[in-house]
Amino acid sequence: MAQSEQEILSGLAEIVNEETGLAPDAVQPDKSFTDDLDIDSLSMMTIVVNAEEKFGVRIPDDDVKNLTTVGDAVSYIQSAQG
Amino acid sequence: MADSMQRKVVVTGLGATSPLGGDLPSSWKAALEGRSGARSITADWMGSYELPVTFAAQLAVPTADALARVEIRRLDPSGQMAMVAAREAWADAGKPDVEPERLGVVVASGIGGVWTLLSAYDVLKEKGARRVFPLTVPMLMPNGPAAAIGIEVGARAGVHTPVSACASGAEAMGAAFEMIRSGRADIVLAGGTEAAIHPLPIAGFAAMQALSTRNDSPELASRPYDAARDGFVLGEGAALAVLESEEHARARGATIYAELASVGITSDAHHIAAPDPTGAGVIRAMRAAVDAGDFALADVVHVNAHATSTPVGDVAEARAIREALGDDADHIAVSATKSMTGHLLGAAGALEGAFAILALRDRVAPPTINVDELDPEVTIDVVRKDPRPLPGGDIVALNNAFGFGGHNVVVAFRSV
Repeated sequence: MAQSEQEILSGLAEIVNEETGLAPDAVQPDKSFTDDLDIDSLSMMTIVVNAEEKFGVRIPDDDVKNLTTVGDAVSYIQSAQG
Repeated sequence: MADSMQRKVVVTGLGATSPLGGDLPSSWKAALEGRSGARSITADWMGSYELPVTFAAQLAVPTADALARVEIRRLDPSGQMAMVAAREAWADAGKPDVEPERLGVVVASGIGGVWTLLSAYDVLKEKGARRVFPLTVPMLMPNGPAAAIGIEVGARAGVHTPVSACASGAEAMGAAFEMIRSGRADIVLAGGTEAAIHPLPIAGFAAMQALSTRNDSPELASRPYDAARDGFVLGEGAALAVLESEEHARARGATIYAELASVGITSDAHHIAAPDPTGAGVIRAMRAAVDAGDFALADVVHVNAHATSTPVGDVAEARAIREALGDDADHIAVSATKSMTGHLLGAAGALEGAFAILALRDRVAPPTINVDELDPEVTIDVVRKDPRPLPGGDIVALNNAFGFGGHNVVVAFRSV
């Protein structure tokens, strides 16, 4: 069952905080994972795998490179849950 | 300018996290008080494997108390401990201003990231390859702690990780000494780290019958030179020193603890785990350190021995000390601080080197606890029960460290 965008955003913020120490409030839809949040590719893989477990979805590696912003990831997860 | 091979190397900073304390001053205080760091293991895995040994000398202060949560996630426990000790040592040295290209790091480990390796294997078996943490390899590699510290302080003269089992920490001091002597660096952060209180190493060491099995009295289990010793007590922790060329240290007005005067290194070519009973390799290493140093044998007043509390090893080393130092051994205060810290494996030489340095500074040799009845085959002057004052003037302390594989390292420190 799909969760709301807000639920996914706050869940994703928890994962990012756990991995990087960034404040959950800093994880906003318009933020770029690399340019704004300074998340490297290894951390991104960890975030993706944890997100798969938390949200019950599968995010293939080929799709990860299209997830530029936090908003991209929230939309992807929501549609994958649908 | 003096020939670079004549550059003197001095110690300008120290740090440690050990079974006796979360930093070096508290560890040293506990050592002078004769306290044991050995305790029963209460971790949840303790009941799982019918381990014949149920105690160890665990860190007095968890690394989580000193590091950020993200650092805990991204460093193997051996890297966490090394980072705690490195920050203390670097701050103790006054966070020296040094060209990155003139700053090096040498941090040794005997075993490496065993917790990361085996935990990741559990994840692989239970959840598959996709769930293996992406930082698994940099966390488990033995040079991980050295590299993390190199990044932390911006060291670009070279980052190294000697691996020679329980001689590793002392070998790191030797490698750093050579980096400075040869002119490759002005400052090197050097030491060792080990986090191997994990059921697999315990099972492995126990299978060798190397560990004490005094499960009912952990604090009495590490008893180097005592007639009733029955093996070593596994310890964990890290110790680092800031080594610096004397001219660099003087130019910036640094406080100098001691001089690292010389290093003697030999190998036995005898047996993969047993010490050479003739002690020939140890004797050569001790003599090499004395010969290479700009001091006389009579200046040596203290030895922090390797002495792990194994039946064979302690006697072999005691004979070698007697043979190497001759009649001078009568007046040399020998301390076995593993009686209190347990055996920190690849960090042992570094922590005991730090204790030897503080012994020179404070002019006191720490005690060897639990020696109720000295083994009659031990004919050296063991400091028992209480600390013993060391003489004034120009004095030298030796730190012995030996490792499985027949590695013998002796580091000589001189008072300033």
